[in-house]
Amino acid sequence: MRRLKVFKSLVVDSMRVITHGSKNYHIWMGFLSFIMLIGMYCYSIQLDQGLSVTGMTDRVSWGLYISNFTFLVGVAAAAVMLVMPTYVLKDIDFKQAVLIGEGLAVAALIMCLAFVIADMGGPSVLWHMIPGIGVFNFPSSMLTWDVIVLNGYLFLNISIPFYILFRHYQGREAKHSVYLPGALISVFWAVGIHLVTAFLYQGLQARPFWNNALLGPRFLASAFAAGPALIILVLAIIRNSTAFKIEDKTIKKIAMVVTVAAQVNLIMLISELFKEFYAPTHHSESAYYLFFGLHGKSALIPWIWTAITLNVTATVILTFHKLRNNLRVLYFACVLLFIGIWIEKGFGLIVPGFIPGPYGKIAEYTPTLIEIGVTIGIWALGAFLFTILAKTAINIELGKLRYKGDN
Amino acid sequence: MSDKKWFSLNIGKEHKASSKCGCGNASGSCNSHDSGGNAGIGEERVKDGFEQVFEVKMDRRSAFRKLTASLMIGAGAVSTSCSMVAGDEAKEKAQIDWEEQFKGNYKLMTDDEKKATVDRLVRSYQLRTGKNIKMSSKDAQEGVLFGYAFNISKCQGYMDCVTACVKENNQDRNSQMEYIRIHEMKDGKGLDFGEADDNYYHEVPAEGHFYLGTQCFHCDNPPCVDVCPVQATWREDDGLVVVDYDWCVGCRYCMAACPYDGRRFNWSTPEVPEEEINKNQHYLGNRLRKKGVMEKCTFCVQRSRSGQNPACVEACPTGARIFGNLLDPNSTIRWVLENKKVFRLKEDLGTEPKFWYFMD
Repeated sequence: MRRLKVFKSLVVDSMRVITHGSKNYHIWMGFLSFIMLIGMYCYSIQLDQGLSVTGMTDRVSWGLYISNFTFLVGVAAAAVMLVMPTYVLKDIDFKQAVLIGEGLAVAALIMCLAFVIADMGGPSVLWHMIPGIGVFNFPSSMLTWDVIVLNGYLFLNISIPFYILFRHYQGREAKHSVYLPGALISVFWAVGIHLVTAFLYQGLQARPFWNNALLGPRFLASAFAAGPALIILVLAIIRNSTAFKIEDKTIKKIAMVVTVAAQVNLIMLISELFKEFYAPTHHSESAYYLFFGLHGKSALIPWIWTAITLNVTATVILTFHKLRNNLRVLYFACVLLFIGIWIEKGFGLIVPGFIPGPYGKIAEYTPTLIEIGVTIGIWALGAFLFTILAKTAINIELGKLRYKGDN
Repeated sequence: MSDKKWFSLNIGKEHKASSKCGCGNASGSCNSHDSGGNAGIGEERVKDGFEQVFEVKMDRRSAFRKLTASLMIGAGAVSTSCSMVAGDEAKEKAQIDWEEQFKGNYKLMTDDEKKATVDRLVRSYQLRTGKNIKMSSKDAQEGVLFGYAFNISKCQGYMDCVTACVKENNQDRNSQMEYIRIHEMKDGKGLDFGEADDNYYHEVPAEGHFYLGTQCFHCDNPPCVDVCPVQATWREDDGLVVVDYDWCVGCRYCMAACPYDGRRFNWSTPEVPEEEINKNQHYLGNRLRKKGVMEKCTFCVQRSRSGQNPACVEACPTGARIFGNLLDPNSTIRWVLENKKVFRLKEDLGTEPKFWYFMD
């Protein structure tokens, strides 16, 4: 009963915290709400008229939604890069960062689920997928695996920080024996969510562009580059706009993670390019389309070369200690890397899988404004959720938010 | 007898196949049986793993049924108590909509449930339009396995098959959905799909070209079925790969998994002019679809299960299309497979299509 009371008080307190703030905070939240409203409006049009309002067709049947979903799974998985050193290796450097990382994972997972639902033709019959009342085609369909791992990861990433914050809220220490097993599981789970998501594509013999053994490992490498890169940027913002203390040491350590992952990612990219272009087969056509265009169709060329340029530049910057240790340069490199991987692991990966089609037909895909509206709406939803979670967590960690009910 | 989930057709070889094994035991536990080559036509009925799946589903289904029943009681109570003014027809319509929204997967339904949903759909159409349709829920027959053969030498690209298919199967006229694609290929280039045109608008047969049609190949090891997260698509016992339009959630994973471009999606609400609707329907076939669900060629299940040829076969003016029962040794399709040099597309993918090509 007491716990319930504390929980109620926590909810009330956090409601107060998230509805109060500086002018900039209100502008930020207002801006996000506005974008979300635009997204909802666009989605209502899509619900009404069907997916025909998107740029997707029978030839390219997955587009911007699934691209963003794929990328965000990687961002969510990256929270593990902070969890492991903090909880498992007891490296206290990361302690402040880890709650932020887990909050980011929660926001990213919610966005993932939102993108999947936005992509569904029949969201009203989604209960068909719920085990027990629907038919859950497990283990045959990789999509069911993905449902399990994503929701499991969401549960882990909500429950661990919640437990810690709930204890801190009452002014008590969180017990290792309670959250450590969960943290350990989530380390493996994070690798799992991204590998399973890669298998979603990798397992399709119909699409040679995806049907390659490197897809899963490359997903992991790019995820562990883009995710922590985003965490660095978020920490930088939090450091500058709140009293929450994050040491340079922490940021530099995460930068090290980003660097190694970006380097591995680049090596894998070279390996992939070598395979596709040294001895091109019929199956290299998608890669040709992506990098050089096929039969005059060239929509993705500017995108992929931008992505490659951004990736290489960022990786080079990160590789030099002098540059990486300069925080301004580091932030710049993180922005480049994040955008580069968003393009590469987003529509640079999904769209070419469908081009050329099973019989060589080249039909290009361009997202419509409505699709883009829904997409940025979901991104705004993620940012909104993350702001709320981070603000509550920071206030608890700073000691501003404490349970007073017992007095 | 083997780990293979599907069986390979060994037309005309089944006698040899059974004597292949050195142990002389045709079906026992000898490990030296060649799993690929040994599965003859007669063994089609062996459902390995399939039955277990059904076993598991039984309690799910009963749980589901209980849930539906309680929901229906609630709905009935709500609709009778709230709608004083609504007429009986409106109430009935609401009741049907409700039950349709919360019905189960067709694949797992009992015969009674199948009949019930078909009756509801027929009644619903009657209430909405005042017209009657005929809808069947006929199951696969014993000893039938449908197969298809396409004569590349004969096809002239008239596309009568495409037109007949669209009419027969009530496809969306707005988006010009077509299950069949006719690829116009250049002579001397072999089967080069990259050079082919599947969207031509000129007089046929065009000089220096030949024609090849593709559609759903009704694979015996269909990748689309494995990937569906809700088992809304499956392989029937007579080999047809079908979709339960009401169970499909519209994720389009099957579309990505199909190597043959065999699947179509309803990107918006399909529209068929009332006077053009084919009223002879099958639940798994040409009944009217809604937006956001997959559909595909079913070898015209409404026709093929009542002994007719699919519409494309009947419409073909050149006789390039041959359809029949692979298990019937006297069928034309068997004659083609035994006497012509047949081949299938992308055989290396292990999908085992039941759609063969041949030349005169």
